[in-house]
Amino acid sequence: MTRKKTPKAPPRAEPDAFEASVAAYDDASGSMFQILAPDGTLTRPDLLPPADVQLRLYREMRRARHFDERGWVLYRQGRLGVFPPFGGMEASQCGTAAALTSDDWLFPTYRDTGAALTLGLPIARTLAYWRTSPHGWAMPENLKVLPFYIPIATQYPQAVGAALAEQRQGTRNVAMAFIGDGGSSEGDFHEALNFAGALNAPCVFILQNNGWAISVPTRKQTKATNLSRRAEGYGIPGVRVDGNDVLATWHVTNEAVQRARAGEGPTLIETVTYRIKPHTVADDPSRYRTEEDNAGWAEKDPVERMRRHLMNSGLLTEQSEAELLSEVAAEFEAALQEADSYPDPTPAEILDHVFAEPTPQLRKQRAELLAEVDA
Amino acid sequence: MTATASKTKTMTMVAAINEALDLALANDPAVHIFGEDVGVMGGVFRATDGLQAKYGVDRVFDTPLAEAGIVGMGIGMGLAGLKPVAEIQFAGFLYPALDQILSHLGRFRHRTRSRYHLPMVIRAPYGGGVHTPEQHADSPEAILAHTPGVKVVIPSTPSDAKGLLLSAINDPDPVFFFEAIKLYRSVKEEVPEGDYRVPLGKARVVTQGDDVTVVCYGGMVEVAQKAAEAARTAGIGVEVIDLRTLVPMDTETVLQSVEKTGRVVIVTEAPRTAGFHSEISATIAEEAIEFLRAPIVRVTGFDAPYPPFTAIEDVYRPNPLRVAKAIRKVMAY
Ligand SMILES: Cc1ncc(C[n+]2csc(CCOP(=O)(O)OP(=O)(O)O)c2C)c(N)n1
Repeated sequence: MTRKKTPKAPPRAEPDAFEASVAAYDDASGSMFQILAPDGTLTRPDLLPPADVQLRLYREMRRARHFDERGWVLYRQGRLGVFPPFGGMEASQCGTAAALTSDDWLFPTYRDTGAALTLGLPIARTLAYWRTSPHGWAMPENLKVLPFYIPIATQYPQAVGAALAEQRQGTRNVAMAFIGDGGSSEGDFHEALNFAGALNAPCVFILQNNGWAISVPTRKQTKATNLSRRAEGYGIPGVRVDGNDVLATWHVTNEAVQRARAGEGPTLIETVTYRIKPHTVADDPSRYRTEEDNAGWAEKDPVERMRRHLMNSGLLTEQSEAELLSEVAAEFEAALQEADSYPDPTPAEILDHVFAEPTPQLRKQRAELLAEVDA
Repeated sequence: MTATASKTKTMTMVAAINEALDLALANDPAVHIFGEDVGVMGGVFRATDGLQAKYGVDRVFDTPLAEAGIVGMGIGMGLAGLKPVAEIQFAGFLYPALDQILSHLGRFRHRTRSRYHLPMVIRAPYGGGVHTPEQHADSPEAILAHTPGVKVVIPSTPSDAKGLLLSAINDPDPVFFFEAIKLYRSVKEEVPEGDYRVPLGKARVVTQGDDVTVVCYGGMVEVAQKAAEAARTAGIGVEVIDLRTLVPMDTETVLQSVEKTGRVVIVTEAPRTAGFHSEISATIAEEAIEFLRAPIVRVTGFDAPYPPFTAIEDVYRPNPLRVAKAIRKVMAY
């Protein structure tokens, strides 16, 4: 082997300058896009959307929160299976999904009930899903929403494919995929961002940074302090947004969706929010975090924040608020009744929907199974 | 088999595959081909040669180098109405994509109660016999055959390659299409022209015989054929069955032959433990044990990674002599 000269190390920034830039980078709140401050006042009044959009966003968050709250009760009553709550993340889910139309694709994770409801997934189907009824898997024909993804990150490359397929077929439809801060450590996340950039897929990637991956806080998940910056490595825009500000999440996502529709490619949006609730309704967060960890997040509540703003601006009154709440509650109870009416699956259904035509092997196994359950 | 094709043309297996892809692209605008180096270069084995020039960079395109991305993106394309035909450069590089395959590709129809299905084909060169580097000769078909919801096809002749590939691309469900590297250019055959199809799930009786049934597929069919010829000179009638598709498997053809011969040799180049040969063996034991006159014998690779050592590669990969010895063994029992 011939001896080579050791390559010269690249010039390093002076330690002081380096530390200063890290500190600036660390300043999460300062670098977050926001329209509505936690106290309900506008930091960017120039970006306020029309009244009908504001009211729709509030309604979607209310529907989602109602689902989350009733879900807990139903779970305790044994009328709903284990599900991951999302209360407190409504702005992150509803504001983003509200930027889509029913021609667009939604790839939700298990935590994104709020996003799916916003796109139009019927409440009854959603309840059925979390009851582990097949009725919750048969997604409605008029929507392009996939069943909630349980494996982490796998939906990201798939969203790129759906987006690309829309583009190849000459539509202006886009695909939106969700992921968590933990999920952004998976290889699929990185492959998808790279594919989407390289192939210019009309894709909107939502990275919900809710502070935790079960028991692991974001600061232990990664040394990175600004996950939206990951986009830079793939040559695509990355935006960091206050994930508890529904006006901000809607505004930013809407821009990303328009860009994608116009053929300008994908965007990564990090919504900075917090999972104030346990990981699932069956989880005990006291094992891994303290009340201190949660401090301050209740005041940032996205629903309350938007309510204050709407009240201040007169778009909402005590009376119209009360009407909205009772409408939302009535809609949910009707859906619950519908979900209650879905029949249980029959045993042979486990062998259904494997192939378009069952193979000889599946036919044989069906006969065996039926003989067994009849015996 | 469709009878539309009357004229034939002599070609290699890789040419037959290229022709099938060409026809599929021409017949259906939904068909899209992608993978590593499949575009300008036409694939490392040239299976996609000339297709990008003919159909454009939207229909035939290179992806970044990432197998999970390729399969995952293909799933999304299939969901959204296209017919994705992905190439994984070598079957030994399918592993990074196994999560997409096991978690999603195989169960999408099931988990959406048929609201969505994935008409996706994944082609991958597989198997040994041509002294490839490490990891380039793997035979991972059993992993896929063990995955509910995916089909597995492995042709052994140029006309089967064409006919099965067209069936695979037109199948509504995901199909793995393994192409024996050894066979790409080593055999030429008359291949029917036009939209020629061979149905999935039908085995091919390669040679007829009354004494021993040899079940095999892909790269092992020519090995078994040579052993069968040698056995014939010794007066032993060998029925060689080429499965063609592992999922669905044509159990009927295998059992009919076993009922006639009562002796079975199964040949694959995959490792021994828990291979697809075990499935064939178990099926025969369950369905036709009363016809067996000797224990079933498997001729396989070993429970070790496929050796990248040219000098001893042939020790791992079954050759005609090993198959012939197995035939003698079941005859002598
Ligand atoms: C591939 C995979 N690995 C592990 C798990 C188990 N698991 C479920 S949720 C979770 C944490 C995910 O955290 P994050 O991505 O931040 O999303 P969040 O739950 O906070 O919404 C883990 C490890 C899984 N579902 N899939």
